[in-house]
Amino acid sequence: MVASGWYMGLAAALFTIGALGILLRRNALVMFMCIELMLNAVNLTLISAGRVMNDLNGQVAVFFILVVAAAEVVVGLAIIVAIFRRRATASVDELSELHG
Amino acid sequence: MVEALLFVLMALGALAGAVTVVVARNSVYSAMGLLATLFSVAVLFVVQLAHLVAAVQVIVYAGAVMTLFLFVIMLIGVDLSEAFDERLPRQRLWVGGLAGLVIILAGVVTVSGEFEWVPAAAPETIVESTNGTVQAIAEPLFTEWVLAFEATALLLTIAAAGAIALAHFRRVRV
Repeated sequence: MVASGWYMGLAAALFTIGALGILLRRNALVMFMCIELMLNAVNLTLISAGRVMNDLNGQVAVFFILVVAAAEVVVGLAIIVAIFRRRATASVDELSELHG
Repeated sequence: MVEALLFVLMALGALAGAVTVVVARNSVYSAMGLLATLFSVAVLFVVQLAHLVAAVQVIVYAGAVMTLFLFVIMLIGVDLSEAFDERLPRQRLWVGGLAGLVIILAGVVTVSGEFEWVPAAAPETIVESTNGTVQAIAEPLFTEWVLAFEATALLLTIAAAGAIALAHFRRVRV
């Protein structure tokens, strides 16, 4: 059996890569994919923690996260498409109307 | 032994996919990298006895969500996302320094041995209590978490209606 610390380490690495993507990329779609990446890393953490603690509620929490993430993707992509129709760009640097 | 082999293979796949998401210039490649990561993590879920969650991950995420992503990439245009330049030299320097700092901090904490991943960790796993079959997940889902379950049902309805409202774009005549 692989110690759950390795799973947690992998999840931490995935989360870090996703956070780096958010900071480095300026394409709204790629940033959105990085958010999904971070959510998946957290799911992996919850599952391995649940296994170590002999608790099924970790998996139930992951189930809920998956459902909410699906709803989030639907709304987020609709927003990106609506912005693209109005502005013809997917770069977040172009969206600066609310900039002070 | 089998679990160790699977873990190494799938961890490499997941990390390679994640790096592809961030590095790839073409957003279709990013989507494919994310797909690889999702599949690898699904295999790791199965290894950790989370059968239902792994199935949901493959069906909902790798199936529905990635299809939606690819649809939007095609809608927005592949070549356009490649065209704009993404040169943020100062930001890259800052992020690189920050990442190095975090890695050093994590290494120091881990090596010094002061850190426990799960404080209340049981010494050995009882397979029966964490075997995430459909029946096992359904029992807490429909007793303890039934209110959250109903709330997510409501949330999905609202999200679908909101997406339709956003996508239903009336062209403003000016």
